Amino acid sequence: MAIPTEIPTTFLLGRLDWNAVPQDPIVWAAGVVVAIGGAAVLWMLHKHRLWGWLWREWFTSVDHKKIGIMYIVLALVMFVRGFADALMMRLQQVLAFNGSEGYLNAHHYDQVFTAHGVIMIFFVAMPFVTGLMNYLVPLQIGARDVSFPFLNNLSFWMTVGGAALTMMSLFVGEFAQTGWLAFPPLSGIGYSPYVGVDYYIWGLQIAGVGTTLSGINLLVTIVKMRAPGMTMMRMPIFTWTALCTNVLIVATFPVLTATLVLLTLDRYVGTNFFTNDLGGNAMMYVNLIWIWGHPEVYILILPLFGVYSEVVATFTGKRLFGYASMVYATVCITILSYLVWLHHFFTMGSGASVNSFFGITTMIISVPTGAKIFNWLFTMYRSRIRFELPMMWTIAFMLTFVIGGMTGVLLAVPPADFVLHNSLFLVAHFHNVIIGGVLFGLFAAINYWWPKAFGFRLDVFWGKVSFWFWVVGFWTAFAPLYILGLMGVTRRMRVFDDPGLQIWFGIAAFGAVLIAIGIGAMFVQFGVSIRRRDRLRDETGDPWDGRTLEWATSSPPPDYNFAFTPVSHGLDTWWDMKRHGQTRPKAPYRPIHMPRNTGSGVVIAGLATVCGFALVWYIWWLAVLSFAGLVIGAVLHTFDYARDYHIPAEDIRATEAVRDRQLAAHPLARGA
Amino acid sequence: MTSIEAQGDKHRAERRAEAHADRHDDGHDHGSFKSCMTGFVLSVILTAIPFAVVMGGGFESRLLTVAVVVGLGIVQIVVHMIFFLHMNTRSDEGWTMMALIFTVVVVIIMLAGSLWVMFHLNTNMMPQMNHEALGLDS
Amino acid sequence: MSTVHQQAPGDYWDVEPHHHHEGASTSIGFWVYLMSDCLMFAVLFAVFGVLGGSYAAGPGPQDLFDLKLVALNTAFLLLSSITYGFAMLAMVRGNVRGTLGWMAVTLVFGLLFLSIEIYEFQHLIHLGAGPQRSAFLSAFFALVGTHGLHVVFGCLWMVTLMIQVRQRGLTGANRRRLGCLSMFWHFLDVIWIGVFTFVYLMGMVR
Repeated sequence: MAIPTEIPTTFLLGRLDWNAVPQDPIVWAAGVVVAIGGAAVLWMLHKHRLWGWLWREWFTSVDHKKIGIMYIVLALVMFVRGFADALMMRLQQVLAFNGSEGYLNAHHYDQVFTAHGVIMIFFVAMPFVTGLMNYLVPLQIGARDVSFPFLNNLSFWMTVGGAALTMMSLFVGEFAQTGWLAFPPLSGIGYSPYVGVDYYIWGLQIAGVGTTLSGINLLVTIVKMRAPGMTMMRMPIFTWTALCTNVLIVATFPVLTATLVLLTLDRYVGTNFFTNDLGGNAMMYVNLIWIWGHPEVYILILPLFGVYSEVVATFTGKRLFGYASMVYATVCITILSYLVWLHHFFTMGSGASVNSFFGITTMIISVPTGAKIFNWLFTMYRSRIRFELPMMWTIAFMLTFVIGGMTGVLLAVPPADFVLHNSLFLVAHFHNVIIGGVLFGLFAAINYWWPKAFGFRLDVFWGKVSFWFWVVGFWTAFAPLYILGLMGVTRRMRVFDDPGLQIWFGIAAFGAVLIAIGIGAMFVQFGVSIRRRDRLRDETGDPWDGRTLEWATSSPPPDYNFAFTPVSHGLDTWWDMKRHGQTRPKAPYRPIHMPRNTGSGVVIAGLATVCGFALVWYIWWLAVLSFAGLVIGAVLHTFDYARDYHIPAEDIRATEAVRDRQLAAHPLARGA
Repeated sequence: MTSIEAQGDKHRAERRAEAHADRHDDGHDHGSFKSCMTGFVLSVILTAIPFAVVMGGGFESRLLTVAVVVGLGIVQIVVHMIFFLHMNTRSDEGWTMMALIFTVVVVIIMLAGSLWVMFHLNTNMMPQMNHEALGLDS
Repeated sequence: MSTVHQQAPGDYWDVEPHHHHEGASTSIGFWVYLMSDCLMFAVLFAVFGVLGGSYAAGPGPQDLFDLKLVALNTAFLLLSSITYGFAMLAMVRGNVRGTLGWMAVTLVFGLLFLSIEIYEFQHLIHLGAGPQRSAFLSAFFALVGTHGLHVVFGCLWMVTLMIQVRQRGLTGANRRRLGCLSMFWHFLDVIWIGVFTFVYLMGMVR
């Protein structure tokens, strides 16, 4: 679609008119697929009369477990979109040789790579990690919910709002063509006059508010809601990494918010923060966005380090080697992550002193990460490892991530970075650590905690199919990019002149297809497991012989998590309980105080999304109205003082009696 | 195994008592009339001095003026933290103070880092602006 | 496993009903929010620090700032701080009327502060020194404006809370909310100290 030079604006619809619908058969095809899929889902919901159930039990729920699951569902849906973008890029790059332009024009291709990065980081990795923390942290610390349950629901819907805006850009208007961090002056109004960057800005801002609020919430939950006796140095390692991650979220997302606000002002008001004229400095944007951007990398990876630690300890049947050093390493990474941001722009020209400082800090930050790898290795050393799926993903992670880490240290050397920056080597490096670290960890987590969340295990065969296609596919797709990068091929290229490069892009595309099969196998794994759930059923609540408190309750846990609050006397509380032959107390059950579900979160986040859409399209009256509605809605919500209720003791007795019967059927299950 | 037991049996009762006591300790005070007034008087003084100095044309040495203005500003921030925000190491088991210290560290890294990075960038990449910057310093 | 022995369940499970101190997380939660807000201001200060000298051949601080006005504004904010402190002291004594009265006084000072700031902005724009004029002015308007916007929301919150205190009295929930607003209001003071020191006073020294 050609960008209109003079964009007509009306009062009623702003810049929105029929030209906003992209004139592109690929987009139409995507639209038809989404429409058919959406209609099918809606029809199913309608047929099974699930609307009321969805609204009452899920959308308005303040239960951290349900919100956690909804976050992960959102991440999986967005993952499919983000991966479709990746496949399109691979196909374009393998076709566009020997004078061929490929099948994507520049306007479309630039949107695809921008959307891929934005979606994968903000709407796949972030909700995945947040969902995991939401689900697990209260269970691991023996709490009944998070500190601010309503805020949790609102955070989730804000994230959904941001994702919805980003998806909408596919069919109405366009997305940014700037790369995932939208550097000015390219993202300024002069070079990006249409709505792409505006979709980017408001999508991220709305989701960012949700992320910040959820960070505050989980941070306070860990600080204030731990079970009696659970001191800081008795917290499960996943909870520790979640704590550090949320500290990072709270202390960096405001930087992103503020930076994007300034870009917004440049675009909407005509200020001169990052412009080329009137004293603006575009490099200040680069500086600020990476002050957020580097800690963000650790926001993504730290919780997964926690996951690997839990998985290794469980499947080796040993206490984690070097628990204290693991904690200190995590804390060190948290602080050091604020001291390395400039390594993302060594070539900007700050000179030798600045570059040396940031090069050295970058090399230092790899030390605590290396310490973690050794801790996992030493935990595994001379133990009887059970090679279940989570453990397989963990080992694949260690092999993959170490190589990604080493290429990272290589890039930390400023002179090497001058050669390799902005090349496919860099692209290969960060996919190496993000896929090999974050994504593999998330798959380990899904396989590990699925039985906890749903009461049955995942099918092993399809899990292994998915695993092998993923791991082999990953290396087939990204090893060629390392080679191409070393040959000097830069990232984000659409067409190529040198036919000698084509073979490498062919191999990479083949790898992407293998990954696609791996993803397909994962969804098959879910489907097969749901169909065979009775055979895969786990009634003990502790299918892997776990060590931490989430395994001390039933699978799935009751609304109130624990009928009685557990008391911790050391690390690995549940393991401790099992060793001491502890059984759950059977009485006296007492009513449990719980937060009540509320629809306010959906309404407020919905209004925020409408406001974002109105701002994207310059529909000022709607923006003002929806913002006013947002503020009034939030104020009205504070007038609702009756936000809780009690689960009656009889209900708890009935729920716990079911659990007693289940456990009686499994006399071998230890503890509980 | 044995260590867990030894640890567990010995202090179990006390630990639980402690754990219970912690939960009910809100630890927040809202100050007294005296502390409020002390804070107010101090901040009036700390505001008045720098305003008077700058409105009176400043000291002969620019550096001294800057030092006085910035120094008193920082002192006043501390005064507000203590007397109005009631910061202490006790509230919420020290987590409030911990959060503040962490934030201050990050703020310092961010401000100092950005200024350092951008100053060097301007020096290297825009030498003509460098003269301006030098000129301002003299 | 020979050492396994049976213990009373109470050792590992709390059989006593657990009275979760209601709202125990509120004050630390709000404090953490303020810390994140503080980082947002840190970005704006950093931007002002880097771009504050980029006048683009336009007016600089010495041409624009009126320190008398800033001193008056600072006085309003300082007074509002102590009056809110009095509102909190009245709350501790359980004095609803006193709390509401002092909140009203605080609100008036907040509104006076805002009107002077709006006047100042309007005056600058009238002089042709709007936020579009130069990077320095962009950074100035963004920093001071964001602080002003926070004061606006503080005032809105003050009104909401006054209605709620009037409706329900000084209940536990309302006391927590008053405590949060207290932190918010004093936090804005702290930011203002940074603003008048680094933006106005240092601008005049330059």
